Amino acid sequence: MDPMQAIKDTFFQECEEQLGELETGLQAMEDGTADDETVNAVFRAVHSIKGGAGAFKLDRLVKFAHVFETTLDRIRNGQLQPAVPVMKSMLRAADVLADLVTFSRDGGALDDSRSNEVIAELSAHCEAKPAAQEEPAEEPDGNPFAALGWEPVAVSLEPVLNQYEIVFKPKPELYAKGNETTRLMRELARLGSLTVHCETADVPLLANLEPEQSYLSWRATLLSEQDLAAVQAVFEFVDGDCHLDIEAVESAAETAPEPETKAAIEEPKAVAEELRAAAPALREAAKAEAAGTANAAQNTIRVDLDRVDRLINLVGELVINQAMLTQRVLEAGAVKNASIATGLDDLEHLTREIQESVMAIRAQPVRPLFQRMARIVREVADATGKNVRLKTEGEGAEVDRTVIERLADPLTHMIRNAVDHGLERPEARTAAGKPAQGEVRLSAAHKSGRVVIEIADDGRGIDRPRVKSIAIKKGLIAPDAQLTDTEIDNLLFLPGFSTAETVSAISGRGVGMDVVKRSIQALGGRISITSRPGLGSTFSMSLPLTLAVLDGMVVKVADQTLVVPLNSILETMKPKGGEVYGLGPDSQVIGIRGGFTPLIDVGYELGFRSHRSDPMTGVTLLIETEGGVRSALMVDAIQDQRQVVIKSLEANYGHVEGIAAATILGDGRIALILDTDAIVNASCGRGTPSEMLLAG
Amino acid sequence: MAENESKANAAREYITFRIGAQYYCIDIMSVREIRGWTPATALPRAPAFVRGVINLRGVVLPIIDLADRLGFEPTEPTQRHVIIVAQTGKNIVGLLVDAVSDIINMPADKVQATPDVGSEAARAFVLGVMAIEDRMISLIALESVMPTLAREAA
Repeated sequence: MDPMQAIKDTFFQECEEQLGELETGLQAMEDGTADDETVNAVFRAVHSIKGGAGAFKLDRLVKFAHVFETTLDRIRNGQLQPAVPVMKSMLRAADVLADLVTFSRDGGALDDSRSNEVIAELSAHCEAKPAAQEEPAEEPDGNPFAALGWEPVAVSLEPVLNQYEIVFKPKPELYAKGNETTRLMRELARLGSLTVHCETADVPLLANLEPEQSYLSWRATLLSEQDLAAVQAVFEFVDGDCHLDIEAVESAAETAPEPETKAAIEEPKAVAEELRAAAPALREAAKAEAAGTANAAQNTIRVDLDRVDRLINLVGELVINQAMLTQRVLEAGAVKNASIATGLDDLEHLTREIQESVMAIRAQPVRPLFQRMARIVREVADATGKNVRLKTEGEGAEVDRTVIERLADPLTHMIRNAVDHGLERPEARTAAGKPAQGEVRLSAAHKSGRVVIEIADDGRGIDRPRVKSIAIKKGLIAPDAQLTDTEIDNLLFLPGFSTAETVSAISGRGVGMDVVKRSIQALGGRISITSRPGLGSTFSMSLPLTLAVLDGMVVKVADQTLVVPLNSILETMKPKGGEVYGLGPDSQVIGIRGGFTPLIDVGYELGFRSHRSDPMTGVTLLIETEGGVRSALMVDAIQDQRQVVIKSLEANYGHVEGIAAATILGDGRIALILDTDAIVNASCGRGTPSEMLLAG
Repeated sequence: MAENESKANAAREYITFRIGAQYYCIDIMSVREIRGWTPATALPRAPAFVRGVINLRGVVLPIIDLADRLGFEPTEPTQRHVIIVAQTGKNIVGLLVDAVSDIINMPADKVQATPDVGSEAARAFVLGVMAIEDRMISLIALESVMPTLAREAA
């Protein structure tokens, strides 16, 4: 590959990561949970993108990132308050930046008006401050103090801001009562923009240090719209346990005429003192700051996916080999030898552990996926005029990369649905006594070897009478059908069902929940829905952690061993006499709890035998296909239930109708994994099985 | 066997094997390994000459009964039968044959065109023939041996 292209690819990969950071950071700033470091991280993200883009002469990207960066810089040094409208613009800017990155990579052109609009918005926020001259956004790296985690005292020209100088020296009692300076400072920071210096000059040498004494004190400068009482209120609970001195400096606006020089002369001196006095703490801070971006790079390496997959394959072979070895040793009767038995046990543990660790390499946190959803929520909320916040939980949960990739579309669809159909308009919410702002909760959690992803909204819930009437109108159910609430909810998953009164541009893309369900099932997952009228709906998806292994039921069919994916099996049963009925010349059905389900002889269907076997001698597996159709698969016997490694049949042979893939069992032989949907479709479509004869 | 080494650039090595009373060979460069017969897992809806698949160290390897493919009686495999693991393009395939007999060295110009015979299988699967001592050895066209699934296994 062209080396320049390789570097460029790396740049775009890094862009993705930076955009992720950016999104997370902005989200935190919007939620008010951000600290200085968050703002710095956001700034760094945009700055890195700008820097890289410059190197590749991606001028539009540079231009936009520059404006974005300038605005962020103002927030960073307190000249611009991250208020709601500002944050809205910031998030929109992040979206545009992401689009610009995508277009720079894949070609195509972004609508200029959109980026210009956002640029105008950002500039408007910046210029709202009268004295904010068009400073060329100073290279932050050129500022020696930035690396020290120290920031110039924010001298805002906002006339309504009050400035407070706070000196805070806790007594030992404060700590004894479980209070903490960090909390107090965080409280203070909520009131406005805060700059804190820690005085460490009083800390004695280690030999003289009393562990329960208090040596540190803090000097803080607060710029806030709040009055003195509000600032004092922060320290209410530590009153008497500290030396506290809050001094309201004359309004910042009045000091405006000479802030530049003051800052220029006094601050460096202050820094020098600080440096000398609090050297260790600052050095730490500096290190942390400087390492901030480098850290991620140091602790991870980029590895070609092919290499990882090769490793996974090899380990899969190791597992099979180990199982074979164990079986051979058992057969040879050598297990009476205790040391061989122990050795084999150890080997098994080790191989399992290696397998799990290797699988973990492919696993990635769902965070980037969730971050993308934040944008979807924003866009749909804007388009529908709804006020929505997305709450995410468990972003750290790790799933196979492929699962994550293939989850993006269904998840996007469901998020759109939740905002568009699930949540009410603000007026309706207020009328129903709910907060005007709707909430969509996206969560991920590991549960018994699978990952469960939930999308919950606090909207109106499923309108069951309407769902039912639509289903009747569309002929999906009989008009007199008696359905339970759950059954009605599940109607949403039927193909050809769409409840939106008006097909909107957002949800109505010709994709229904049936497609979502199919994609989830294709991943070996299941989806379910719960809803409470007036309180909201929850879609819950349970997905396998990896696509390399599969939970299956090992069955015998006409002397062949087959594996049936467990996620499609609803139940297993042994047919009793009088439950199986012939229907037409070539079909059979089985009566299950009053209903009739087609009975499919797997051995006959796959051509393993030329005649149907007697249903009484076999076992039936009740399965549900993607379309929600239930069928009973007849096999000779159930042998085992186990996790199997999926092997491709296509690699060296080709696709076989009715077979999804192959796997290797403990005895080293290959077993085929059944494609239940294809089997059911084939038996429905033809009625007669393949005439093709089998070898052997 | 080393007689042709001076003309090494023109000569190729072939593995010869027996099917019934006839001798066949394939280019040694395409042979990955030779192993004994192990029972294969039958594939549904596959042509009869596909004996099924076996596990070759984690790879799903389809086994072709070469005798059946060439139009002889299907092989009844025993422990003594042999699977030649060969590479054709990106695919790996196992050829079930009666026994491997020799490695021969043959200059390219000694490979003669397949005589015009009536057997369709022979015309389709034999690339050329060569004479060694008193035997005629047919060179197998590996690419044609594998079934094209769309055409033959539909």
